[in-house]
Amino acid sequence: MAAPSDSLGALSKPKPVPAQRLPGDLVVWLLVLAELLTFGILFASFAVTRVRERALFAAGQATLDLSSGAINTVLLVSASWCVARSVHAVRAGQSGPGARWLLGALAGGCGFLVLKTLEYVHKWNEGIDVAENSFYLLYVMLTGFHFLHAAVGCIIFAVLWGPTRRGAYGPGNCHALETGAVFWHMVDLLWMLLFPLVYVLR
Amino acid sequence: MKRPDRIDWIWLALLAATATTWWLGEHPGVTPGTPLAFVVLALAAGKGVFIVLDYMELRHAPALWRRLLLGWLVLTTLILLVATAWPR
Repeated sequence: MAAPSDSLGALSKPKPVPAQRLPGDLVVWLLVLAELLTFGILFASFAVTRVRERALFAAGQATLDLSSGAINTVLLVSASWCVARSVHAVRAGQSGPGARWLLGALAGGCGFLVLKTLEYVHKWNEGIDVAENSFYLLYVMLTGFHFLHAAVGCIIFAVLWGPTRRGAYGPGNCHALETGAVFWHMVDLLWMLLFPLVYVLR
Repeated sequence: MKRPDRIDWIWLALLAATATTWWLGEHPGVTPGTPLAFVVLALAAGKGVFIVLDYMELRHAPALWRRLLLGWLVLTTLILLVATAWPR
């Protein structure tokens, strides 16, 4: 009877499993997956169409301001850093700093939206619209779709700011803040490929 | 002021990689081509890995999600590299 009691002993003392945790809500991760796949198709469409219409894309990309794209990258990654800091602060029980970091993230996000709006207005004033050619169609679809995601991210930051400041989230209750943070990091991740594809590689 | 931790250093690394990409794109001495595409996309993928593992905190998450996101990043970067380097 030694073997059964040994196996029972093994059952009662399970091997310690390293803590694996998916931050935030599962639904946001399913959304992240769907968005990454959608943008993946758009990225590939842009790159493949560029192979077929090199001169058109070279002319179109030459009208884009690379410096403005780089500043937008800085704003997005800084907002990501701020929201990551906010999550860390709230987990440490520091609601005040957590809310201030969230405001920093909101400022970075809004800065991105303002700069991108100026870029669109500039293009509009030059008389360029979506129907101009396949370059502008894909440029507006890619960056415009991303812009809308960044706008949603800013709304999420604004909505989370009040409860964070009031101390509604804490070390054991950070789910909503983590979910918002994951959404923003997705917006940032997408731009990491969008920026070189549209603004740098010509 | 507390000492900077990992997420702070990663922010600085992301800024440095962005500055490098900007310099490569703007500098008149850098000629467009496959080597440039390789460097710029490698920098982009490197930034993405930090965002996925450290900012999205998938380093200590279930392996499925880590593999899905890193797999997307690698596959999309490779597609962009192949399309950019495609012979005329």
